[in-house]
Amino acid sequence: MSLDLTLHTAPLVPLEADVLTPGRLSGLSAREAAKLIVVHGNQAAELGEFFRISGVANGEIHLTGDLSHVKLIGAGMAEGRIVVHGPAGMHVGAGMTGGEIVVEGNTGDWVGPEMSGGRIVVKGNAGHLVGSASRGSPAGLQGGEILVFGNAGNEVGGGMRRGLIAIGGDTSDFTGVNMLAGTVVVFGHLGARPGAGMKRGSIVSMHPTEMLPTFSYACTYRPVFLRVYLSYLQGLGFPVTEAQLNGSYQRWCGDAIELNRGEILYLDSSPTEVHR
Amino acid sequence: MYIHETQIVDTFAEAFAMWGTRIVITAETADWAMAAAQSMTGFATSVIGCKCEAGIEALLPTDQTPDARPGVSVLLFSMNEEGVGKRLVERIGQCVMTCPSTACYNGLPAEKQVVVGGQLRYFGDKFQGSKLLAGRRMWRVPVMDGEFLVDDRFGIQPAVGGGNILILGRDQGATLRAAEASVRAMRGIPGAILPFPGGVVRSGSKPKSRYKFLFASTNEAYCPTLRAVAGETQVIAGVGCVLEIVIDGLDLGAVETAMRLGMHAAAQAGALQISAGNYGGGLGQYKIGLHPLLEGAAV
Repeated sequence: MSLDLTLHTAPLVPLEADVLTPGRLSGLSAREAAKLIVVHGNQAAELGEFFRISGVANGEIHLTGDLSHVKLIGAGMAEGRIVVHGPAGMHVGAGMTGGEIVVEGNTGDWVGPEMSGGRIVVKGNAGHLVGSASRGSPAGLQGGEILVFGNAGNEVGGGMRRGLIAIGGDTSDFTGVNMLAGTVVVFGHLGARPGAGMKRGSIVSMHPTEMLPTFSYACTYRPVFLRVYLSYLQGLGFPVTEAQLNGSYQRWCGDAIELNRGEILYLDSSPTEVHR
Repeated sequence: MYIHETQIVDTFAEAFAMWGTRIVITAETADWAMAAAQSMTGFATSVIGCKCEAGIEALLPTDQTPDARPGVSVLLFSMNEEGVGKRLVERIGQCVMTCPSTACYNGLPAEKQVVVGGQLRYFGDKFQGSKLLAGRRMWRVPVMDGEFLVDDRFGIQPAVGGGNILILGRDQGATLRAAEASVRAMRGIPGAILPFPGGVVRSGSKPKSRYKFLFASTNEAYCPTLRAVAGETQVIAGVGCVLEIVIDGLDLGAVETAMRLGMHAAAQAGALQISAGNYGGGLGQYKIGLHPLLEGAAV
């Protein structure tokens, strides 16, 4: 049996609820969980003032309601599973090291900032700065996976060092800005200036995109590693087409203002001759 | 004991503890994957002369490979962990990386691992890159047709080498037919390979020689031409040819299954007698009795 929390009073201002992790709730009764302290605006409050709590924490938590003003869900979690039946607020899974968070609706900005392990699944759209570094921080996503089935905003994977971000729809500007390494796969369109300042890593798109002048075209080929990634993502529910799996991709190297060891790959629209 | 008209000698195959691994090779076409697999498993019949034993385990359809391309799984065995690692680096580097369009993946989830891609990556001369997906590190080595993708580590596990049956037949033609039938029955068993050419070996050996510089020599006890002069011949009257099938497996069960199926197939194809090679039980860690195996119980 899982621990179920249903929002009965919508917070008027953002509610910082970093207690909502399987680790923090483990072993607590519903009554004890209701006493945990959260921050409502600039005031301390009890979790029970906002959530009706039932069940027993056994490593899985279900959150129900419009949680778009509830921040830091699953922040720092290391194990277990959280399912949000609805939208979630900013900083979902911030700094998490393991476990899984599934958000069935949309999320606010900063999904999984600086996480180093585990998986975040967003079935709707995500805001800006998915898997990005906090302002002033040297590195963003350092491991794990962020899977957004809808669209995402600006600076997806900003400063990421390791891990996988997959976006089922489009991204806005500066996708992979200042990337150190890792992989961003965007099934839709990239916004402006992808890969600006990237050192290493891969940004993949299924549509042509305008390159910064500091990126150089290398060749059009069929990267085998991408087949491994796309097969993996297909297994996780992304609708990978035969054209994407078997197609050729243009390889652009950059950013020349940095190490010039990053790459942007986008699906080439010209017919591919597949030797069978 | 008899299967049809074939006598099954009450003896045992003496098998050895080895270390094994599984390699998955993929390519643009099944033919190119097979070309790499055949190259990799060439000159890998016996650890005595080749430092490892290897063979093709199965053809893999696209839904069973990491990159959704056609593939071939290969098993490779050596006497110790270090040996498996060295042979993998040599053979993947020389036979798979060189073959157009291929990629090479670890096919054995195991606690013990050896670094392979992590060594081959240096061929990339600092242009190589790595990817880490779901805990699996892969190296992208730039080559002239694109990139060679290879797993950083390959799993290894204790294995069994040298399972065998000896097929004694009336003449070469009849014995070959029985051996071919036996090989067909054994091929495709998960976790088992037959490392010799066509799965069959005619130069069975004993672990000693009358020459001081040689540590293995022909097994005169099973040479029909020496039946009249060899002191302890095992060639019965009417036998003109003896062929051996050697089986290596990732576990004892795979070797036993192959031997059991192989004996039935050889008997149905007209073998006069089926025996097994051993050294008196003093060398190998496993004794696989033929009679218990056919009765459904292992020794």
